[in-house]
Order: sequence, then structure tokens, then C-alpha cells
Amino acid sequence: MDFKQIKANLKKDFSGFKTIKVAILADSATQYLTQAIRGMAYEKKLNIEVWEAEYDAIDITVSDADSELYSFKPDFTIIFLSPYKLKKKFYKNGSSSDFAENSVEHLKQISSTVSSHMNTNFLVFNVPDAFDAIFGNFSGKVTSSFSYQQKKMNMELMNWAQNDAAVSLVDLCGLQALHGAMNTFDSRLYINSDVIFNFDFIITVADNLIQVIEAFSGFAKKCLILDLDNTLWGGIIGDDGIDNIQIGDLGIGKAFTEIQLWAKALKERGIILAVCSKNDEANAKEPFEKHPDMVLHTDDIAVFVANWSNKNDNIKYIQSVLNIGFDSMVFIDDNPFERNIVRTYLPDVCVPELPEDPSEYLTYLNKLNLFETNAYTDEDKERTLLYKAEALRNSASLSYTSEVDFLKSLDMVCETKSFNSFTIPRVAQLTQRSNQFNLRTKRYTDEDVKRMNGDHDKYHTFSFTLADKYGSHGLIGMIILEKKDDGDLFVDTWIMSCRVLKRGMEQFMLNEIMEYARKHKIDNIAGEYIETKKNGMVRNHYKSLGFTAKGGLWYGDVNSYQPKTCYIRNSN
Amino acid sequence: MNTDEILNECTKIFVDQLDNDSITLKRETTAADVEEWDSLSHIQLIVAIEKHFKIRFTTAEIQGFKNVGDMCDTIEKKLNSK
Repeated sequence: MDFKQIKANLKKDFSGFKTIKVAILADSATQYLTQAIRGMAYEKKLNIEVWEAEYDAIDITVSDADSELYSFKPDFTIIFLSPYKLKKKFYKNGSSSDFAENSVEHLKQISSTVSSHMNTNFLVFNVPDAFDAIFGNFSGKVTSSFSYQQKKMNMELMNWAQNDAAVSLVDLCGLQALHGAMNTFDSRLYINSDVIFNFDFIITVADNLIQVIEAFSGFAKKCLILDLDNTLWGGIIGDDGIDNIQIGDLGIGKAFTEIQLWAKALKERGIILAVCSKNDEANAKEPFEKHPDMVLHTDDIAVFVANWSNKNDNIKYIQSVLNIGFDSMVFIDDNPFERNIVRTYLPDVCVPELPEDPSEYLTYLNKLNLFETNAYTDEDKERTLLYKAEALRNSASLSYTSEVDFLKSLDMVCETKSFNSFTIPRVAQLTQRSNQFNLRTKRYTDEDVKRMNGDHDKYHTFSFTLADKYGSHGLIGMIILEKKDDGDLFVDTWIMSCRVLKRGMEQFMLNEIMEYARKHKIDNIAGEYIETKKNGMVRNHYKSLGFTAKGGLWYGDVNSYQPKTCYIRNSN
Repeated sequence: MNTDEILNECTKIFVDQLDNDSITLKRETTAADVEEWDSLSHIQLIVAIEKHFKIRFTTAEIQGFKNVGDMCDTIEKKLNSK
């Protein structure tokens, strides 16, 4: 897409799209970036409203309590310091060796001033690398060189972001490296208008920013589905045999090794891997078990499907096992025919158009940045294990004639707790990512959750873990109760992971909050269902738990409540 | 390419970039005559013209354009010296 097309989007109809408010604080001219963000958002069916601070007036804007910034109440606040202004400042102030620290300190002050007026997520641009023609290659040995300070500043920014949940970084440095600084900059635009990117790169930056924003709104990709022949290895296992497929360090095999390393690294990060291949299962699994150069092993694959059915049907099957949305799946296949079938029948699945030459696969996939995220928790690292245990449970369930016997056999234990500093990141992640078993779909950041959790007069929070004889599910449920003025407890948030459906977990959770309400002499618990495209499965949640409808809400009577039967033990 | 042809090509670029069919450039046309032609879209137009003719203006040239005719003359000069 070029800038003209993106700009033409501005005149189109954004109604019906989700609205997200973004403020830009910058010390360079950002009018084009503003247009690009809104225009690009149209492509992703988002209505991003952008408010731009006056040119080069960051400090004045944030320190003015009456600033439009604060009445605009942006969901996201971009702080973008021009690398050229930074450089100018660096040389004007006599090349100081604490430049990086001071610059990040300044950014921290800006963010804390803003935070004292409103809650917002900060998106802070890091600083692009620049070849230092002052000291040349020697600059690494000189702490007072700009090159050294710029790199140090990026480190300091990362340290800041790691310790402040409200701050996310936008990796401008990485993005510019990917596209090449020479292709992203137009010195005349900069000199004449203080615009520091050319039009093509402005679009790239806008696209990248929206990816970061999307990751906050439950759009994250969770699963990578891989074809095998000519995608994970060169050649056709059924025809060529295990000795002749191409993988390893030689020739084109290297390209496939790299793809596997990529998939493995994603798996370690928490992306679920699945295989979907037209093959006999035994043939398909053989390289995973026996080929010495395979990076991926059967343990890495949560769902392995190799048969001769249509790929769209097989992906539907994978979806049903994992219980995640089609729009959180990415499907990689070298065959254009298979890609198109999946696109046609499952339009929500992301199907990248792979280049023809396998040696270009990875460069292409890297450029797409398919797996943007806004969190990384301990749970993520264990995810494949969790889904594999789930597959074991599923096969065990078939051997029991009654569901009750099966549930009893699982020996389930739940730990219920208020949120704490360990669980808050996971809890916030659940609010951002859960789409199906989510009654009101309120998205909260770490900061939001922390604030609610600290407000004991108004909120009471519950997190639930579940473990059974096959392993731990981790933290799979959460409830936030809000005390209303009329004395009722309102269920602000009720989320459960779809991994633990049909375990009696809902009943257990209800028992817990009813018990809490009884202890605190509360008569009613009020719940609300807010319909979205994805949470149809909980439409009758309160009804089936015995609540009665009144004025758009559902009421559960605490005093007459009889605890529901379930086969989950409380660990407390 | 003669001056009229260049003027024609430029009109096409303006129509395309500014998304407005009613634009017809004359040599005397200035930014004041075209509604969408503001300082923002100006740079967009310059970049598009450079791409189309595979030329590159200097900052001094861009700042020296008094009207479309000036710009076309500069384009012509650059094309001839290629």
C-alpha cells in the first residue's frame, strides 16, 4: 500500500469499527504519521482517533493540566523523540557521557507527569542506530560518542519498560534495520519539513504501531499451523523417504532448518505449534522421531494432523482441540492451492502468501511480524505442555462411561486467591486475550488491575488455578467483584480459560464468590452479559447457574444459595 | 517530452494523489488555486512527481517554484540533461 491509498482511506466510513484513542507527543512533524495511522487502521477495521500535540511542545503539553491531551483521554500515548533532535541536543550539550541516562530520565518524567493526570499506555519509540561518522568505527570505545550513548539509551529504555507495566516500546531501531536506513529517510523531507521518514516508511511505522496496539486488544496470534513437505523440510517424505528429504546445513536444507528454528523459538515463547499435512501419519512423524537434523520434535507439536482430508477440515479439527479462535491461528504452507482453500473456507485464519523460493521464507515471515504480543508470563513458556496434557485428558475421558466418573478420576484441585504481584500480569493478560468465556470483555492493563486490586473498599478479586493428575492448568479463571452503592456485589469481570470447560469450574467459581458474599452479609450478586462476536458460549451463563433476570442484569440470591456439586477440591 | 506533455503528466499525478478529478493544471496555477494542495500534500506531490519522472529536485528548486509552470520548466530541464 502506498501513502496515497492510505490517505484515501481517511474519507471512508469508519462506523462500526472498534474505536481506539491515540495521542502523539513528538518533537518532529507528525502530520503524515497521524494520517498513516488512521488510514492504516481502516485496513484493520479499527477506528483509531488520533490527537496530535503541537509540534515540538511535549513538555508544555504534559505540564498543562488543561491540555486537550487530558480531556481527550487517550488509550495510548505515543512518545516519539526525533533521533535528529537527540543528536543535536547531544552535541549542543558537549557530548556528555550521561546523555542516555538523562534522556531516559526526561522520558520518565514526561510519563509520570501524564500518569498523574490520567491512565494511559505509553508507546515509546526507541532510537535508530546510526553509523557514527565522527569517531567512525572507534565510537564503541568512547563513552562520550553519540553512537555509544544512542545504544545505551536503547538499553535504558528497555530496562525502564521492563519495570513499568504502563510502558511499551516501539522498536524503531529494529524496524529501520530491517528496511535499511537508506530506504527510510529523505534528507530533504527532514530539512524542509522536519519529517524524519519517507512516505513508504511512514506507512511501515504506522503498521507496526497498530500491531502493538492490537496486541492490547485481544488480537494476538496464539497458534502456528505448519505444513510439512516443502515447508518444514525440502522434498516429499512419502516419495523421497527420510534419507532424501532436505534439512540440515547443506544447500536448500538450511532454509528449512531456519524455519524450524523460528517455529521452535516461537514455541518457547508460548505459541502453540500444530502440524497439518497431507501425508500418512507414520510417514509424517518419522523425521520428527528419527532424522538427526530435525530441530522440531513430536514433543514440540501440540496437535499433529497428517491425513488425506481437506486442510480446512483439519484446521477446524485443530481449532476444536485447542479451543481458540480461528483469528488467532497462522497457517504456513508452500502450496498456493492449499493456502487458497484455507483462505476461502476459513477467512479468519491468517495465511501468509509465502515466496516461491524457500530461502526467502524466513525473511518474508520476519517482515510480517505475525506474533506481536504485549505480555510474556511463565504460563506462556509452558503452554505446549498444557495443551499436550489436555490431549491426554481427552483420550482418558473416552474410557469412562459417565462424565462424573471421569471428573472424579481427574482428582482436581483449585487454589483461590486474591490477585497479587505474581498473578497480576497473567490476570491482565487474560482480560486482554480471552474472547470466548468472557462475560463483559473488559480489557485491563497491569496498571488497571493493580489499581482495582488495591482498592479494597470497592473491589474484591479472585484468581483460580486448576491442577489434576495430568498436570497443572495454571491460572485459568478470574473474577472481579465490585461493591455497588445499593449493597449488591456486581460481577465486573468473569473470565475462564476454555482449556477447562466442562470440568465444573464455573460451579466451583460461583460457590467461592457466593461464600464470600455470605461472609460479608451481602444479599445479591448481580451479573451482566455483554454480547460480542465471540462470547456466544456464555450467553446463558447466569441463567444456567440459576440467576434470575431483572432489568438487563442477572441476580443471584446469596441467602438461598445451595452450593453446586462439583468435583474440584479447594486447596485452602 | 515537451512542456505541454509535462503539464499533462503533472495534472494526472495531481488528480491521482489528491483524489480529485476536477483538477486541470495550467502554467499559472498555484497552490492557492487547488483546494487540497496544502503544505502537507505539497511534499507528497513533489515525491510523486520525482518518482514518475525519475528525477530529483534540490531543496532550493522546490523552494523556488512560484507556480506550476516553474516546476514544469525545471522538470523539462532535468529530463533534457539526462
